[in-house]
Amino acid sequence: MQNFKRKKPSDIILFALTWLSIGITAAVLVLVVGYVLINGIPFIRPSLFAREFTTQNQSLFPALIGTLMIVGLSLILAVPLGVFSAIYLVEYAKRGSRFVAIVRLTTETLAGIPSIVYGLFGFIFFGVFLGWGLSLMSGSFTTSIMILPLIMRTTEESLKSVPDTYREGSFGLGAGRLRTVMRIILPAATPGILAGVILAIGRIIGETAAIIFTLGNVARMPNNLFDTGRTLSAHMYALANEGTHPGEAHATAAVLLIVVILINALSSWIARFIRKES
Amino acid sequence: MNKFSIKDVNLWYNDFHALKNINMSIPANEITAFIGPSGCGKSTLIKSLNRMNDLVEGCKITGSILLDGQSIHGNIDVNALRKRVGMVFQKPNPFPMSVYDNIAYGPRTHGIRSRSKLNDIVEKSLYDAAIWDELKDRLKKSALSLSGGQQQRLCIARALSVQPDVLLMDEPTSALDPISTAKIEELVLKLKNSYTIVIVTHNMQQAVRISDNTGFFLLGEIVEYGETQQVFSIPKDKRTEDYITGRFG
Amino acid sequence: MGKHSLVFYKELAAKILFILSASAAIIAVGLICVFLFMQGLPAMWDMGVIRFLTGTDWRPTWNPPAFGILPMIVGSIYVTVGAILFGVPIGIFAAVFMAKFCPAPIYKILKPAINLLAGIPSVVYGYFGMVVLVPFVRQTFGGSGNSILTASILLGMMILPTIITISESAIRAIPGEIYEGAIALGASHENASYRVVLPAAKSGVMASVILGIGRAVGETMAVRMVAGNQAVLRMPHEFLMGTRTLTANVVIELGYAYGNHRAALVATGVVLFIFVMIINALFSLLKKKEGI
Repeated sequence: MQNFKRKKPSDIILFALTWLSIGITAAVLVLVVGYVLINGIPFIRPSLFAREFTTQNQSLFPALIGTLMIVGLSLILAVPLGVFSAIYLVEYAKRGSRFVAIVRLTTETLAGIPSIVYGLFGFIFFGVFLGWGLSLMSGSFTTSIMILPLIMRTTEESLKSVPDTYREGSFGLGAGRLRTVMRIILPAATPGILAGVILAIGRIIGETAAIIFTLGNVARMPNNLFDTGRTLSAHMYALANEGTHPGEAHATAAVLLIVVILINALSSWIARFIRKES
Repeated sequence: MNKFSIKDVNLWYNDFHALKNINMSIPANEITAFIGPSGCGKSTLIKSLNRMNDLVEGCKITGSILLDGQSIHGNIDVNALRKRVGMVFQKPNPFPMSVYDNIAYGPRTHGIRSRSKLNDIVEKSLYDAAIWDELKDRLKKSALSLSGGQQQRLCIARALSVQPDVLLMDEPTSALDPISTAKIEELVLKLKNSYTIVIVTHNMQQAVRISDNTGFFLLGEIVEYGETQQVFSIPKDKRTEDYITGRFG
Repeated sequence: MGKHSLVFYKELAAKILFILSASAAIIAVGLICVFLFMQGLPAMWDMGVIRFLTGTDWRPTWNPPAFGILPMIVGSIYVTVGAILFGVPIGIFAAVFMAKFCPAPIYKILKPAINLLAGIPSVVYGYFGMVVLVPFVRQTFGGSGNSILTASILLGMMILPTIITISESAIRAIPGEIYEGAIALGASHENASYRVVLPAAKSGVMASVILGIGRAVGETMAVRMVAGNQAVLRMPHEFLMGTRTLTANVVIELGYAYGNHRAALVATGVVLFIFVMIINALFSLLKKKEGI
């Protein structure tokens, strides 16, 4: 009993390992983010955002525009599809239906496919089979399939979190299912869906392997839907591989990371907002 | 005159036999109360009157329910039925939108678009639900910012906005404080002149205070149904007596 | 009555639209399987499945070319095992920290930080690996620095957030009474957390490890940027030498491959796809068991 307050050696070891591990995790983050930002920010100059990419000035501007185009097009394709499927699964489908089971299985499958396999598929299907080549079309169709499961899952979760009393209230007034979903359920679920869409944007921006074989990796702005281009991540990959412009590579990594940090912050801000509302 | 005629109604949730051989008539322009312990079937029956049970998977109903002599089952427009038979729920459930839009939602659903018409309906519904004076300056505010009692009266106004014949109330005061409860009871008594009201309640004093007829439910059966005065003073069935004197439930 | 039928047709049209949308995932998986297998399997068949999977020579430019992907299969296994060795112990300890040790103010900072770790693009990790880890490994352990070890460390870092997040939620899903019961018997906080709560959450923790394995096997850019990429069959003690993974094989050569070469790359993708599908199936099995 005199050792009432003293910890056993095994407890001390566990305690130390616990703190050591979280310390390493935090260190990894600080190291990666810190290194990239500290080395990159000094190289961020106006010339990095020049309209044209030249061998002298490795501007990231065309890649930035390419990123925006790919993000925009993928969202146009994937958001309606994802939201509508989630509506079907949550608001229409009967529980335990075979169709729903298959949709869930295939959605999980899509979520697990590595990005290089998407790149391979996009290349042989959109690029070669449909003849779209390396283009905005091939790139955005490929990334839209990649983000579909994410949009579906977050939309499903937000639809499910809308209280059933809203549905009862609307049906009780004689509104049909479509009106109830569109006017009552969907607006109430919008913040959650938005948080999912933002995560999806982050996923597209961070994507490389699937992009370089579908959109391509050419440092210019696409002129039309069937033109090639590159995204920031692909640009980053090219700079890192060539190794001839370390300053621009540092700066591009920093810009990419800052964009991702902002997107993460926005998404968790919306998530916090939802928690406060409910 | 009877609003509803319920004949030989049996209802199952999958294998669970929730209502057994229910036979009763609900008179127009009166208040009919359903009482009984939890799980006795009183809420199930009230939800059958506007077919809200359709939304429950695995729900099966037999027998007939007539509204003004017409069956509410078979090939009818369920949405039109629910417009005629309005409902107020246990917990106030205003939509996450403004007071005005909450009330206007019903009429808009049924095709009314004119702004002035909608304005009239909103004002009249809130007035009839005795909440116009409290809310007339807050029509643009979110309905979720109102107090629980105000929310419930707003929901009553919302139910009135589509001009129903019948108002079904499923334990409308169980989530409210005594003062809000008193206001709602007063309102219900006033509404009975224009509407047929069916109310499910846990609170026997409430049934005595406001209802004209009372049905006592137990284990999915209707044990006793008659004038409220009679049911509470000289119950015919021993089980009713036990329940209203507080021996179980 | 006209009004009624208009609403009826609107409802019907909407329902059909929703069902069609829900079919998109099925169609996508169908197309992916059909096109990958259609182009990959015949190539594999021509070369002989066994020779393709167990061949140690990958010489697409030889005449006749040799397409053996054993070095890449082994390479993927090495870096994945390495990533598990680095990432799993740290990840699980960190998950217990998040669920059982973390003071609330620190949690508010750490939780989004770990989410951010998950959101950093692979190229940024790869770039960090190139400019920081590769020189570090070269100076500390010798060799070129582009090695199995470097790729393992980098992948270990990348799977940390997956392991931490899923293990944490599995630990949190264990009812508080289990912890309290242990404490009431006189167990210390450490003992109750590690000997009682963590074992109770073991299938969820296993699920996190499996998902981490899936991430590591499928990771492409970061590995390609630090692993050296030699298509040579390595022995385990050669962990300071370079290796090539299945993913890297595709990403390096797909851009200029034609004919049989391209087919062999698609077949590499098929092998990768099957690996990952098996891992994911294990994951969903465990997830179902745990109910998370």
